[in-house]
Amino acid sequence: MTLELFLQNLANGIAVGSLYALIAVGYTMVYGILRLINFAHGDIFMMAAYFTFFGVAVFHLPWYFACIFVVVLTAGLGMLIERVAYRPLRDAPKDSVLVSAIGVSFLLENLATYIFSGKPKAFPDFLGLMSTISLGTVSLQKVALVVPLVLVVCMSILLFVTNKTKLGMAMRAVSKDYEIARVMGININLVIAATFGIGSGLAAVGVILWGMKYPQVSPLMGVMPGLKCFIAAVIGGIGNIKGAVLGGFILGLIEVMLVAFFQPLTGYRDAFAFILLILILLVKPTGLIGEKTTEKV
Amino acid sequence: MMKDTKKRNIICTAILAVIVLALIYFANNYLDAYIVRILNLCAIYTIIGLSMNLINGFTGLFSLGQAGFMAIGAYTVAIFTLPLDMRSTIFYMEPMNPAIAGIHLSFVPALLLGGVIAGVAAFLIGAPVLRLRGDYLAIATLGFSEIIRILLTNLQSVTNGPLGINKIPDNANNMWWSFGVAIVILILTALLINSSYGRAFKAIREDDIAAEAMGINLFKHKVMSFVVGGFFAGVGGGLYASLLGTVDPKQFYFTLTYNFLLIIVLGGMGSISGTVIASFIVTCGLELLRTFDEPLTVAGYEVSLFRPGFSMVIFSLLLMIIVLFYSKGLMGRTELTWDRIFRFFEKRRSKKSPKSTEGGGTK
Repeated sequence: MTLELFLQNLANGIAVGSLYALIAVGYTMVYGILRLINFAHGDIFMMAAYFTFFGVAVFHLPWYFACIFVVVLTAGLGMLIERVAYRPLRDAPKDSVLVSAIGVSFLLENLATYIFSGKPKAFPDFLGLMSTISLGTVSLQKVALVVPLVLVVCMSILLFVTNKTKLGMAMRAVSKDYEIARVMGININLVIAATFGIGSGLAAVGVILWGMKYPQVSPLMGVMPGLKCFIAAVIGGIGNIKGAVLGGFILGLIEVMLVAFFQPLTGYRDAFAFILLILILLVKPTGLIGEKTTEKV
Repeated sequence: MMKDTKKRNIICTAILAVIVLALIYFANNYLDAYIVRILNLCAIYTIIGLSMNLINGFTGLFSLGQAGFMAIGAYTVAIFTLPLDMRSTIFYMEPMNPAIAGIHLSFVPALLLGGVIAGVAAFLIGAPVLRLRGDYLAIATLGFSEIIRILLTNLQSVTNGPLGINKIPDNANNMWWSFGVAIVILILTALLINSSYGRAFKAIREDDIAAEAMGINLFKHKVMSFVVGGFFAGVGGGLYASLLGTVDPKQFYFTLTYNFLLIIVLGGMGSISGTVIASFIVTCGLELLRTFDEPLTVAGYEVSLFRPGFSMVIFSLLLMIIVLFYSKGLMGRTELTWDRIFRFFEKRRSKKSPKSTEGGGTK
């Protein structure tokens, strides 16, 4: 293993990791507030990819307009899903909500297959972010340099919103105990809808960058990123924004490094994330920097 | 009075058994191959639906690993029942691992072996992850079934990799097999559920912390439910492989588990009879929905709504509708028993109670 090769893989790992982190943050916010795995998150991500495809490749919107269009539309989709599939089950047993989440995920996949056909489409390259540049001996796609920047910007906005604004305060209250929050006069439906909107919007930002790295749009493209980003969120400690970023980087780096150093393991790439998940859940179920929750009888 | 109803129930059960046997005999000999195939699939879905309901509905462990257990059973049957002289033509990319290349089993031992391996796998995954709850357990078991699928894709010399194995000897296309195994598993599940173990399972489902406080060994019972469920799913998977005649890793994508999730949600989480009814409804329904995938021409116009993929959209919409508006399913946690059926008809006859439909699960 030469130093150049190591640096190259490190750069790849950071690029993949920051993509995971970006999507995991959306995941973690929704989980933090509802205590529910939003199985549909990966599929919201997939729909955002189609929105981008139609915005840029079909309707030829200018890039800044297309980005806004995709983020707003995806946020709207997330809020719609919450309204239709989760809100009616707010006081139902948790299993029902989980089944509903799986149902939404399945519905979105099937709808996409039906409407857009199962044939993969090419993700549009805008701003030339798909082209590669070389820094010394390391060659990278331009998008790999943009992702960490976008991540930092999104993180800062998000931390500002959750820590400094009234909405953020309400979010934290709802995530602690939404029954009490409701009694205290917080409009929990509004807060939960806003959280879904923000989480889905982040998925949209993620997909615009993801598509530059993996330029293919297909109805099942959201499944693996969805699961992996959930795993990233769990590794860091679910419900914790910084934890999600940490988890995303850990997962991205481990995946890239393992495949780079142990070539025969290439076929098992998607299995690492699950093995890592099971290990983390066994050793430290609350994640690396997650809070401990107590069981209530 | 008590004795009378007991006698009546035994007679009714005997009559039902004769009717079922006659129907299987009739269907097996006189119906066309397509319908027999669907009926076989109904029976196999019943088996796997029961195995999933045992874990999810009766023990309250939200597991999404059924496709993985099925895959283990299916591949075991595929590998070991494949005639020795055909193996080299199917494993042409990479010859079969010499450790298993010379082993040939007949159908029943292969089926049982598939169940046992799936059960062992269930133990290996269950022992560490069963202390997780709810959605963590769901994602861990889902991950486990994906790991199985990834292993099946990569262990070229054992599973023939992504190409899969075809020309599996056709054993389960005979209705006696699939229905026979389904009935045996139905009876075993019912016996298990009504034993002291079954009561412990239900206690864990209601509240595992309270159950533990009452002296129920959580680990033992959770693992037991999981292993038995894994065994049944493995057997069901073996029948599935034999019915389809071909296995490949793509068949066992985790979305396959969603079919069984729909079955147990529709039938009622925690109802054996509900699972049986729902298996038939879902399997036949999926088959009927398939007509929506064909282009439809009405009076010279082609209705553009009908094209491939439409049936799955309807299927997932139905799942959503059931979850949102009908979350108890057809049976809830109750069973369709003779007492219930007779009571239903008696109420109908007397027409005293306005709530006469209560408890009649056959609607």
